[in-house]
Amino acid sequence: MPERRTILPLRTGLLFLAPAAIFVVAFIVLPFFWVAVVSFTNRSLTGPGALHPHFVGLTNYLQLFAPRTFLQPGQFGSSLLITGQFVLFSALIGQAVLGLVLAWLFYRRESWVKQTVQTLAIVAWIIPDVVVAFAWSAFLDYGQGTLNHILTGLGLPRVDWLLGVPMLSIILFNTWRGTAFSMLLFSSALGSIPPSHLETADVTGANAWQKLRDIILPLIRTHIVTDLILITLWTFNTFTPFLITGGGPAFRTEVVSILTYRIAFKYFNFGSGSAIGMIMMLINLAFALVYLSLLRRREATR
Amino acid sequence: MRLLRLVLTRATFYAAAAIFAALFAIPLVWLLFAPFDARANLAVRLPHPFTLANFGKVFANAFAVRALFQNSIIQAGGAMLLVTLLATLAAYALSRSPIRGKDLLSYGLVLFSSIVTGTAAMVPLFLLIYSLGLIDTQLGVILVFTGGLLPAAIFIMRDFVDSIPRSYEESALVAGASAWGMFKDIALPIVRPGMMVVAVWTFVNVWGGFFVPFILLRSPSNMPASVAIYSFYTEGGTPIITLTTAYSLLYTLPVLALYLFVNWRYGFRFFGGIKS
Repeated sequence: MPERRTILPLRTGLLFLAPAAIFVVAFIVLPFFWVAVVSFTNRSLTGPGALHPHFVGLTNYLQLFAPRTFLQPGQFGSSLLITGQFVLFSALIGQAVLGLVLAWLFYRRESWVKQTVQTLAIVAWIIPDVVVAFAWSAFLDYGQGTLNHILTGLGLPRVDWLLGVPMLSIILFNTWRGTAFSMLLFSSALGSIPPSHLETADVTGANAWQKLRDIILPLIRTHIVTDLILITLWTFNTFTPFLITGGGPAFRTEVVSILTYRIAFKYFNFGSGSAIGMIMMLINLAFALVYLSLLRRREATR
Repeated sequence: MRLLRLVLTRATFYAAAAIFAALFAIPLVWLLFAPFDARANLAVRLPHPFTLANFGKVFANAFAVRALFQNSIIQAGGAMLLVTLLATLAAYALSRSPIRGKDLLSYGLVLFSSIVTGTAAMVPLFLLIYSLGLIDTQLGVILVFTGGLLPAAIFIMRDFVDSIPRSYEESALVAGASAWGMFKDIALPIVRPGMMVVAVWTFVNVWGGFFVPFILLRSPSNMPASVAIYSFYTEGGTPIITLTTAYSLLYTLPVLALYLFVNWRYGFRFFGGIKS
């Protein structure tokens, strides 16, 4: 590499970097260690734990993992299982598969049909959380909601979406909400495939499914992995189901972010809330490390 | 036979497209009609009688007006200015100065920011703002959003600065410009499109953000529109539905407008960046 002239001297560079560095250290790095410290104390918002928190060792963690209560409704284990289902069905299956289907459906097609469908998916994705949650509360309403109107119109029985099948409700919601990201990512991945790859398959008379399975999917493998990890991270950390179900009924949709909120800000138990936050961060760390190592490997092979 | 197959394929394509369009559109139809319906309930129907009075109700509600036209703008605008300024300076330094280990620094930034999310870090973020004496202040909300959005903003900006040829700046230096003068007069005008994208992205994120103001703010007079809408619809009742749907529409319009603007001005390439 040829020696390049330094444009910004080191000292000026550090000066430019300093304000952003202060923010990142204060609001990203510090909270990471702070959550660990608080998770070993009985810190609370009110009462004696607020003024003089004590070191309580592993108590908070032992309570979270207590075998007798672990899987009971409203407890940590049950919440983890709910979150796992939510991520699996709404992100990995719902958003990724639907996103791929949409990208594939409009692949090599430029028309107003494609524009319309993609724009509608994107609108569902960019409207603020509270607004889509409000719209979905109405959409799923038992007595007046649009979905039950459609069902009765088709001669099917009404479903009590929010009280009867709340998990299915937030899974449908999150699939609808987030599919646009996967669709856009897969569309651009498909767009980067050289047409010659498919022309050979056209000549040999392969059908659409064979082309997708044997040619397309192997070629966009890294994009698929990127997509799956990003949507897993986002879905795992999202608080939005709270806006529709509040975590209920009877804790049945209480994903870990809502559980943390309830423990820390309803029961004011910061120690226990921090212990859950710590475990969430460790799970995030595992996903992020897998992602970064894959990114690096891809850059190395480029 | 081949013609028949072609027709069938086309028909299947259009049928599939129509179903997908309906799936995405139907949950939002109610939100489009109810604001103009004097007797709106949770059911979808054409507005009857058609009215604009619901918007009048919004403007007559001091809490709603203050949340949307003051607090949301202060919070989203404040974070937008801070993030854009700091991310531009930082990205420029990471791209153009001989800081050692800057690539490792960039990786670390992405790693940390994807681990320490707002929900996982809710307790330490609350305690931090509490110990700064900023609970229930707009500034506290602005600071937390700025810290949370900066890493991604720096990443977007660095991509941008890296793609600019260094020759302009080098000739300015040869001509005897100072480091600051060169940054201000040469670099800033060139990276302005990147700054626009980061600014819009930050604004939309804070404008739509619910969780951070929800846990940091207490008094109704400080609430942004997102928290106001939540407090409206959790109260329920028909009169509140007419108000809340009209209010939701007003609150959503800037987001749609900004999306259209970025899409028109910079094309789809940047779209991935408009939402985290």
